[in-house]
Parts: sequence; C-alpha cells; structure tokens
Amino acid sequence: MVVGSDMISPLAIDARGIGKRFGRSWALRGLDLTVLAGQSVCLLGPNGSGKTTFLRVLATATRPTQGEAFVFGHHSVRDGDEVRRRVGLLSHRTFLYGELTALENLRFAAGMYGVHRDQASLHRTLTEVGLDYAAHRRVRGFSQGMIQRLALARATLHQPPLLLLDEPYSALDATALQLLDRFLDRFVAGGGTMIVVTHQIERGLAACERAVAIKAGRLVYDGPSDSFLSSPQAAAAGDWA
Amino acid sequence: MSGSEWRRVWTVVWKDTLTERRTKAAFNAMAFFAGMVLLIFAFALGPDTPGIGPMGQTLLQYVSPGLLWVAIMLTAVLALGRSFQIELENGALEGLRLYPGERRSIGIGKILSNVLTLAAMELLVVPIGAVLYNLDLWSKLPALAGVLFLATIGLAAVGTFYAALTVNLRAREVMLPLLLFPVMVPVILGAVKATNLILNGSLMQDELGTWVRLLIVFDVVFVTVCTLTFEYVLEE
Repeated sequence: MVVGSDMISPLAIDARGIGKRFGRSWALRGLDLTVLAGQSVCLLGPNGSGKTTFLRVLATATRPTQGEAFVFGHHSVRDGDEVRRRVGLLSHRTFLYGELTALENLRFAAGMYGVHRDQASLHRTLTEVGLDYAAHRRVRGFSQGMIQRLALARATLHQPPLLLLDEPYSALDATALQLLDRFLDRFVAGGGTMIVVTHQIERGLAACERAVAIKAGRLVYDGPSDSFLSSPQAAAAGDWA
Repeated sequence: MSGSEWRRVWTVVWKDTLTERRTKAAFNAMAFFAGMVLLIFAFALGPDTPGIGPMGQTLLQYVSPGLLWVAIMLTAVLALGRSFQIELENGALEGLRLYPGERRSIGIGKILSNVLTLAAMELLVVPIGAVLYNLDLWSKLPALAGVLFLATIGLAAVGTFYAALTVNLRAREVMLPLLLFPVMVPVILGAVKATNLILNGSLMQDELGTWVRLLIVFDVVFVTVCTLTFEYVLEE
C-alpha cells in the first residue's frame, strides 16, 4: 500500500519538453512523457541516452534546463518539497552511510523523511528485502547486492506512490532478483507507479506494462511492453543490452 | 521551527555523532594537530622566558590566550571540513537534498554536530595548553567556558556554512580556511580579547562584558544568516 498519491491528478508524471544541458552537450532534448498513476514503465536506452538524467529531473535531484515536469500535479522545481514526499529514488548512488548499521541507516532515513517507524517496523522492512539477518552489521562490510537491497528499503521507507529505479537488478544474485521481483509486484499491485531503468531488457519488460525507449535524449519508442521486442526499435536495442 | 523539523535536527546530530564516535576520524586528527601546535609554541617561546605582563607572567603565559585560539581555529578547520566530507560517500549529500522538509533543519543539525565536535576538541586543547603554558585555570574556568561556548557557536555556524559551500570543490581543503578566517575575524578578536582579560587581566567587568556582547551579537547574526541561507548552499 502506498500513501501520499493524489487523487486530484490521474497523471503520476507529466513531463513537457524536458531538456537538460551539461556544459555544451544536451543529455535530454525536449522529452515529453506522461505516465498514469498506477502504471509501470520500463525506460530503455543506450548508455548516455539520458535515462538517469530524466529520473534525476523527476526526483528533483537536478533542474531541467528546458521544459517542466509535474509529479502528481506538483511542479518539480516550484513544489520540489511536495514532489520529494511522493518519490522514492533508487539510484547508482545508494545514499547509505558505511559506518552505520543497516538498521541505523533506516532509522536515519525514517527520521529525515519524518515518518514514525519503531524498531520492529524497521526490522520488518529489512525482512522484506531479505536483510533482517544483517540488521546490526555495518554497511561498510556489505556486498554490492546487500547494499542494493538496503538502498531499495531506504528509498521506499516513506511509502512513496512513485518509485524511480535506476538499474535495480545490478549486482543481485538469483535469490535477490526473485525477492526484488516480488517486492516490485507488491508495489504495483498496491497502486504504486514506477519507472524502471535497466539494461536487462527482458527482465525490465516483464516487470512493466509499458516500455519507453529514448536515444540521444529523444523519445524513440512508447508502447506496450510486449510489443517492444517485435518493434523496429528492438533491433537497435540489441546494441544497448 | 516545527516539532518535525526539530526531529530532523536531532536525527542529523545523532547520525553525525554516531559516525564520529565510530571512526574518530576527525577527533584523532584534531587531537594530534592541536597537541603539535601547542607544543611547538611552547618550545618556540620557552617556558621560562620573562614576560612583559603586568602581573609577572612568563611570556608564554602572557601570550597564551592568542596561542590557545590559534590552536583552536586551525584545528577546527579539520573538523569543519570533515563534517561534509562524510556526506560525499555513496552520494549521501544528494540523499540529504532529496529528503522532503526544510533544509535549514539539516543546517542546524550540522551546526550542532560541529559544536559538539569542537567542544570535545576544546576539552582537550585547554587542559593541554594549561599544562604546557603553566596556566592556573581553576578559578577562571566558568568565565573561560562561557567565552569558549560563545565563540564555538559562531565558529560552528560559519564553518558549517562554508564547509557545505566548498564540499564539492576539488580545492576544498584550501578554500575552506580562505573563506572562513576572514569572516571569523570578529569572533576571533572577541574570543582572544575576552580570554586575555580572563587569563591575564583583573577581570575588568566592563571591558570583558563588551567583548562578550560582541560575541553574542556575532553569534546571533551568523547563526541566523547561515541557517536562512543554508537552503541555497545545498542546491545542486
């Protein structure tokens, strides 16, 4: 179950002409994308196509150079705080503190999100990502897969209605992948909206109902996930995966 | 500030003190550095060099207020720089930016964390200084503690602000003291003068009061300005 989703806006994401420039090069060039509340979207594209930048714009981690984005009707720049309450971001950077234990990292995140979570509740969260056994171990000694799972727990601690996942499957073993699939299935079944950026195309398509592909900062495919593999863009996708 | 903001302040203080307690990265460096600075001054000026003070102090005793504050200021730069460097690991600084809520609570939390770290450092510097420079502090301890407290608040406020501002710079170790020291001049001046009156003077209440009032005024100004502008410092 997710909280904080707005019934006022049926659109979870409304991105209009998003452009983002770093120095002299454009990462995004006039990207338009709308995502309905409750939809799951697999965002595909080659390296440097602007996928991560787009997620960062939606999460308010960076401001667009052009255009504007709305998350559940809230402007990503003007109402950044409202957007941040509704977004959970799992990025390449885990935002975790190596000197704190898994439980302490979650306690810190809960305090910063302003959500009241007691010890038992935080343990349940760790159990959901299969890390209860490591609750009192410092993150510095975690494997990459454990870090990834803890980062997911941290990103969803405030039960955001929109989840932005950047390469969530990386560094996970088979058991952890199953656990993540179940976690995301539960999230979507509970009414959550998610965007998954991944180079594991088949796994991403299986997890999402809609596929969007971008290349050089521009939209090149937007349609149902199960049609993507038979589309002309899928041939190009062979180079990306 | 609302209750939820104060909870965020406490959360930042809890995290920072826990991290420092485990790594002791800032404290160990500070303790070593402060000890070295105090020791070098003690050797350079000599413990028995006759002083020029009105009360028969040695030179070392006479200039000890300034020496203590040189050691505190130089050592503080290490701790202040470290306070935001720990946020660079795993992109935690961006994580802080992405939490909802007023960012001033992060700034206040960081200032309080730095006050605690600097206070711990001063608990080390002052006794070491007292031993090396042969200072009799017992009767003057409450007044000295008051001056240390006021100066530490100003130092922590401005230091936290500039540490956040410079954390993403490649030359942050150089930029932090370059930006910090000029702004800190009123606080350093007030702290040295007040400490001098406490240790070497006859506790002339009027003059001491003037310097203490200056410290209070700068604390209020620095804490207010740094807290209100912290929002923009944390921007990308």
